[in-house]
Amino acid sequence: MAKSNDSIKKILTVAFALCIVCSIIVSTAAVALRSKQQQNMELDRKSNILAVAGLYEEGVNVEEVFRSITPRVVNLQTGEYSDQFDPQTYNSFEAAKDPAQSITLSGEKENAGLSRQEKFSTVYLVGDPESPDQIILPIRGQGLWGLMRGYLSVQGDGNTIEGITFYSHSETPGLGGEVDNPNWKSQWDGKEVYAEPGSLEAAISLVKGGASSETEVDALSGATLTSNGVTNLVRFWLGPQGFGEYLARFRSGVESNEVQSASTDSNQTEGA
Amino acid sequence: MSEPTTKGVLTTPIFKNNPIALQILGICSALAVTSSMGVSLVMTMAVIFVTSFSNLFISLIRNHIPSAIRIIVQMTIIASLVIVVDQILKAYAYEMSKQLSVFVGLIITNCIVMGRAEGFAMTNSPGLSFLDGVGNGLGYGFILMTVAFVRELLGSGTVFGFTVLETVQNGGWYVPNGLLLLPPSAFFIIGLIIWALRSFDPEQDEANEFVMKENTQPKEAV
Repeated sequence: MAKSNDSIKKILTVAFALCIVCSIIVSTAAVALRSKQQQNMELDRKSNILAVAGLYEEGVNVEEVFRSITPRVVNLQTGEYSDQFDPQTYNSFEAAKDPAQSITLSGEKENAGLSRQEKFSTVYLVGDPESPDQIILPIRGQGLWGLMRGYLSVQGDGNTIEGITFYSHSETPGLGGEVDNPNWKSQWDGKEVYAEPGSLEAAISLVKGGASSETEVDALSGATLTSNGVTNLVRFWLGPQGFGEYLARFRSGVESNEVQSASTDSNQTEGA
Repeated sequence: MSEPTTKGVLTTPIFKNNPIALQILGICSALAVTSSMGVSLVMTMAVIFVTSFSNLFISLIRNHIPSAIRIIVQMTIIASLVIVVDQILKAYAYEMSKQLSVFVGLIITNCIVMGRAEGFAMTNSPGLSFLDGVGNGLGYGFILMTVAFVRELLGSGTVFGFTVLETVQNGGWYVPNGLLLLPPSAFFIIGLIIWALRSFDPEQDEANEFVMKENTQPKEAV
């Protein structure tokens, strides 16, 4: 028995048969489950977007809620919407790898540690796309150990932060990993991105020892480098190289709205 | 060694012949996935599935495996099973698979699976081999869950995600031990478990490999 097992013919037959059987099993599993997996990934991405907008609750129907959100592709340079790409399928991560659709960045700190940035990015608008309640922006950048990817939600005024979330990062558990802590994330609510009305430079930062102004958020204790990373990446993506131009449209919109509402107010007082 | 019995193959790997505590196998994943109990439980189930079925399939074809390529045959079967598990997790437990990340894939290189395939399934009947796989998976899981319990409770103040000790970060009183969230802390806990097991069952103590000689008498040196 042992002898016949070790003949070259037997070895080849067993190896070949085994490979066939195993590859059939593996590929069947992969193909049969692929649609389900992609659905999961899509669902995960969408629930992250909902989470940052504060629309996600345990057991909520993600697809249903997501229908109220409009994705749009934005030209980062001009801040205009672009119809060049389909927002449902446009993938900014792929674009960032494609030299034709991205720019090379240099200078570590100012660029959130990124080496390439896409020219177009997808934003998600909550509510009426013309004057959204919230604008959800994809953000990413280097933390201490690696790339952190997340979303930042800004209110319709283009300045007030609604929420932040990181859906993938590799920070130290218990220290930098506390970026996932709901208590820390909740501090971002109501903070302001820009210190001066006309500036495109984002002023928001993480500070040690307690935030004292509207543009400051408590840093993560024991995680200075992660905190610096978060500051850098948020400033980068909200600054002139990121969504600064785009958000400026909403910010100037706010000013004119205020003028209007002020005049209607005065009209009312006159009438009364 | 006596003939393996059904009950024996299921229970001895848990305390008497634990793959982690006695054979010191599969340490890598035991360090990596034990920061929370939920993840450890899924990992345990994945390992039980892979060890039992790889043992079953290898035992079924054991009389036809040429000894020259037996390791690679075992590897192929184990790898296929692991990929299937990984695919299933990605499809039905996406959150879990994200947390387990590469460690499901690394079950392939888990020495427990390979060790049982080579050491047991190659020479025993399929039924017994299957149970042996389950037993060893349980033994692995026992250590995993114990380590995860300690790490999660003291590291994040929770058990299976439910808050037991209210941590300072969330406004409670408990200052979590950050070390326990990091993989090396599992070394300490596994070490303590091994100590405890061997105190209860001194048979597990290994004989000293190098016995110290008594001090040389000074007069001989003169």
